Amino acid sequence: MAAYIARRLLWVVFLLFTISCITFVIFSVLPAGDPAVARAGKSPSPQLVETIRVQLGLDKSKPEQFVNYIGDILPFVGGNGVNFGFSYQNNTEVLPEILERLPVTIFLASGAVILWLSIGIPIGVLSAVKTGSWLDRLAMGIALLFISAPVYFLGLVALILFDDQIGVWPILPGNSAYGEADTFLGKAEALIMPWCVLAAAFAAIYARFLRGNLIDTLQEDYIRTARAKGLSERRVVFRHGVRAAITPIVTLLGLDIGILLGGAILTETVFNIPGIGRYAYGAITVSDLPVIQGTVLFGAFFIVMMSLIVDILYAFIDPRVRY
Amino acid sequence: MSTGTGASDLLHAEDQGIDQIVAGNAPVAARSPLQLFWRRFRRDKVALVALVFIILLVLVAIFAPLIRNLLDTPSPGATSTDTLDDFGLPEGPSSEHLFGVDTIGRDLFSRVLEGARVSLLVAFIGTGLSVTIGVALGMIAGFFRGWVDTFIARVIDILLAFPVLLLGLGLASACSTKEGCLGGALQPGLTIVIFIIVLSNWPYVARIIRGQVLSLREKEFVEASRSLGASNMRIVFREILPNLVAPIIVYASLFIPANILLEASLSFLGVGVVDKPSWGLLLSDAVSQLDSAWWLMFFPGMALLLTVLAFNLVGDGMQDALNPKGTRQK
Repeated sequence: MAAYIARRLLWVVFLLFTISCITFVIFSVLPAGDPAVARAGKSPSPQLVETIRVQLGLDKSKPEQFVNYIGDILPFVGGNGVNFGFSYQNNTEVLPEILERLPVTIFLASGAVILWLSIGIPIGVLSAVKTGSWLDRLAMGIALLFISAPVYFLGLVALILFDDQIGVWPILPGNSAYGEADTFLGKAEALIMPWCVLAAAFAAIYARFLRGNLIDTLQEDYIRTARAKGLSERRVVFRHGVRAAITPIVTLLGLDIGILLGGAILTETVFNIPGIGRYAYGAITVSDLPVIQGTVLFGAFFIVMMSLIVDILYAFIDPRVRY
Repeated sequence: MSTGTGASDLLHAEDQGIDQIVAGNAPVAARSPLQLFWRRFRRDKVALVALVFIILLVLVAIFAPLIRNLLDTPSPGATSTDTLDDFGLPEGPSSEHLFGVDTIGRDLFSRVLEGARVSLLVAFIGTGLSVTIGVALGMIAGFFRGWVDTFIARVIDILLAFPVLLLGLGLASACSTKEGCLGGALQPGLTIVIFIIVLSNWPYVARIIRGQVLSLREKEFVEASRSLGASNMRIVFREILPNLVAPIIVYASLFIPANILLEASLSFLGVGVVDKPSWGLLLSDAVSQLDSAWWLMFFPGMALLLTVLAFNLVGDGMQDALNPKGTRQK
């Protein structure tokens, strides 16, 4: 077990290093535009561009720039501490800006996770137990509809229906409400619509996934044994069926949480929620490369770490897994 | 006819024979795996309707300019100020402009029609390339084994552990400045979107195909073919490849709707297709007009939703038809 965790940790270090290298190539080698000009603003003087070039270390060779870049993203290396570089827009350090927005993204993601698990899992179990019934067909039909709808389209439809400014039934705070709310309850109310919209597709995916797994599991021999020894159907389904069928959901959940913590960019953009995703989108619209680079690195870090956590967790929750 | 499929044909022919004995003396006809697949797929009426929808959509996309001429709608880029009202706001759906017009007076029907071309083109080319590369590398790895296999399997592992889509978003936005990437050689648009699709899809295909080939290459019919003196090329293309058609179809049918959504999302964020009216781009244009012009959001969104839904339904139907013992069988 310890050897396994050590191996996984080495793998994570390797992945994170490779991702950092690729991110450097994407943002510092590939783009043809001159970052110094982008940083200098509109119609800069040649001297200003030259000063900025020296300031950013762009006059150095690419390998030297790479060392500086690693210094920006790793602790104890390089002089300026960990800052993920500076924004072209307003010259602020990128990492503090990201961390400042992290709680918003966590709030959005955690609410959505709770919502989609509490909708998706019961529907999945019910559909699997009543395979082929009208309930199953209806649930799976709706699930496929939500899987097929992009989250921003659902978001726009929800806004047009329920937004308290422009909605047909103006019952919920909508676009930009999160930024304006100052109490916890107000913020939570502002997130009702984003939570539902974000959770819809995930609930559908989880319901379909669990249904498929559970149908397979319920055909196993040990389920027949459990029934034969006279256990109640409820006990067979929940203690023997769902217990085994639900473990792969943990993998799915871990990866999805990792992706969402890096910024639910589409949802945050549609509802104008000031999280990491909205920060990244704002940077994309003005080609603020250091900010985009920072959010990409940050998101990648979460995705890799969550997959590590899931792998280790798996050893504890699934007794069939041996390392 | 390969030995592999030949054997299964023989089996089905035997089934038929028994049927014939029971039914009387109608002529005996063997069914190819494709015919069997079609007979099973046909039973799923919803999937069948979805397939008809897709075929119509493809025809509409191909003949979009012709349809515009027939209906006398303006071209997707043509602006006209007489379609805006006295306050400069766009007009909603009317007999003249089926889907209404946008803020600078462009006909939305015409633009959604053009969006169908973009969506289908990206999804088909992207999926086609991913499947081709994935199948080729997966077969090479699984068939030849050795260091080639080790190398390809490692690359697959790394790519699958990578946040490819996130890095893809980064790449697309890094290249979305007006200077582009690689000294201007890589411009934002279709090429980058397709590149991201291929990069994120092929490892999944390759992994599945490699696994299948590893088991197929040990089968008796491959041994039989080899003992008859068949070359590696012949074994790969005539014996193994036909047996991979089913997983390839299943994977392609899963990837197409996902790739349509990916292209739309990138375009929605402004880093995908920028020079053509992609559905995602139309939706992002609609955001600022949400309170005044609902049709700008509704028609591109519905086009996107129905298209992805149709592909998903057909994909599910195909999976059922190819895998009769599967969990979706009722």
